[in-house]
Amino acid sequence: MAVLAVLAGVLIFLAVEGGPAVFYKQGALPAHATSFWQLAGPLAFGSLWVAVIALAFAAPPAIGVALAATVYAPNQRFGRLLAAVLDLLAAVPSVVFGLWGLMILAPLMGPVDAWLGRYLPWLPFFAGPPSPTGRTVLTAGLVVAVMILPIMAAMCRETFALTPTTLMEAGLALGATRWEMVRWAVLPGARSGMVAGAMLGFGRALGETMAVAMVLSPTPFLVSVNVISSDNPATIAAFIASTFPESRGKQVGALIGLGLVLFGVSLLISVIGRRIGRKAVPA
Amino acid sequence: MSVTALPMGGGHTGPGSDFAADAAVPPMLKTSGPSLWRRAKNRLAAVAVVAAVAVTAIPLVSMIWTAVARGSQRLDLALFTNSMYGVVGQGGGLLHALTGTVLITAATATISVPLGLAAAIYLTEYGRGQLAALTRRAVDVMVSIPSIVAGLAAYALFSMILGPGTRSGLAGAVALSIIMVPVVVRSSEEVLAMVPGDLREAGLALGAPRYRVIRRIVLPTALPGLTSGAVLGVARIIGETAPLLLVAGFTDAMNYNLADGRMATLPVFIYSQWSSKGLDAAAYDQRAWAGALVLMALVVVLQVLARALPPQIAKLRRNR
Repeated sequence: MAVLAVLAGVLIFLAVEGGPAVFYKQGALPAHATSFWQLAGPLAFGSLWVAVIALAFAAPPAIGVALAATVYAPNQRFGRLLAAVLDLLAAVPSVVFGLWGLMILAPLMGPVDAWLGRYLPWLPFFAGPPSPTGRTVLTAGLVVAVMILPIMAAMCRETFALTPTTLMEAGLALGATRWEMVRWAVLPGARSGMVAGAMLGFGRALGETMAVAMVLSPTPFLVSVNVISSDNPATIAAFIASTFPESRGKQVGALIGLGLVLFGVSLLISVIGRRIGRKAVPA
Repeated sequence: MSVTALPMGGGHTGPGSDFAADAAVPPMLKTSGPSLWRRAKNRLAAVAVVAAVAVTAIPLVSMIWTAVARGSQRLDLALFTNSMYGVVGQGGGLLHALTGTVLITAATATISVPLGLAAAIYLTEYGRGQLAALTRRAVDVMVSIPSIVAGLAAYALFSMILGPGTRSGLAGAVALSIIMVPVVVRSSEEVLAMVPGDLREAGLALGAPRYRVIRRIVLPTALPGLTSGAVLGVARIIGETAPLLLVAGFTDAMNYNLADGRMATLPVFIYSQWSSKGLDAAAYDQRAWAGALVLMALVVVLQVLARALPPQIAKLRRNR
């Protein structure tokens, strides 16, 4: 009951302070936007875009690590060790990720961006001009990918572990190679679990603030799929964090309105993810 | 290629029929032995799995290595005995931020643990029907609140009560509680559900009222698990940056008063050392990494503690 009250409180406070912002006109809004949706639209795009990139980078290794911890693990000790590594990675504070992305990863990504810009410029993602600093959407997406990898891997690991032992043994007994056993016995049953894990990671990526705010130096109102340029779209969460300290009065209201939009989107994602996840584990 | 030793890593047995339904005709039934192509694919998959592990481990190792290498340059006594008050360039420390983190985290735990535990007790011991279902749904929703939105909510609450622009450690604790409460509810519910029903029924059969059974039987039995859940919850929120940046703000000076004024915390300290560098930029970077090292050490200690706690407490109780 107390939880209900807290949740209702959160919604009410946000709605009261942020709701009116939807109707704000130029002057009251941050970054000289002319309407709330002109501000929210590109930011929502930025959030989704970074999250999509993060998901694309995180999904294959997450599934790989989950397989390594269950089917491919030489023994139980190795599986537990891997789980501990994932827990540790999940526990690293997001500022530290931001600091790492900015100081270690970004300089390494500079040459990569330049290479992509030189050899693959016909793809809209690599249209360039490449940023020399490496502070790009690609780098931000990579950092967020590392952050959401543990949660996705954990989800996959759990569903892989649910595969009946007899089924795997039967596959091997029929002469299947280990990969064929995984492909035909483990993955089909775990499909919905993997999708649910991906949705969970996607929701996390949407709400990720600090790492993105630190890696990117965004251009307002930009909508672009170019991932290697130094002109970056901003994300909702990063925009709130970087604009909030200098905002007053109605501008704060507008930022809270943006928070409401973000909340709505991530709620939708998590509801979908949970619905799929529930199908994964019947009973 | 022969069938290798069965690769079991904690696989559970269960009804197999529904899993088999999805698999179409397996290709291995069509040939008599693994062809070169199939062996190659098998080898490729194994390499991919090993690569996935490497890809996961590299950022973690790199991060720890960087934090230790760069942070240890400033890991001296002054770091833990000085604040940043009046410090420009070299010197200074993070005592104010450490104090703030300890105070705000303690306040958060004080709010979240009773609230979350109460909700979990309700859900496992009393909860039936629509209200319980609604509460479960509410917990699910709260889990998906992005941390920055939690910060905004706390800001909205405090500016409604105390006027706009308020910053305080207490507001930070409220924001973090929004994140921590669902974590505590989830873990406590799991632990409480593991308490054997026989114990409850035995208590009730002896004529004890429900609340007394919970107070004297269920809670003591579940205590180790509850504690470990709470510690994990603390580990989860201690590194939160965004909400604190919004509502607790940043300051260079000490502040012991949760209710009054801006209060520095470790994550925000790291962020501000990076974002507002003074003349001697290297000194700020070093402090940022030293802060990161201290924060990561704190999180690791909490996690290890949470894992080590349950058996120890259980043993203690048995010996008594």
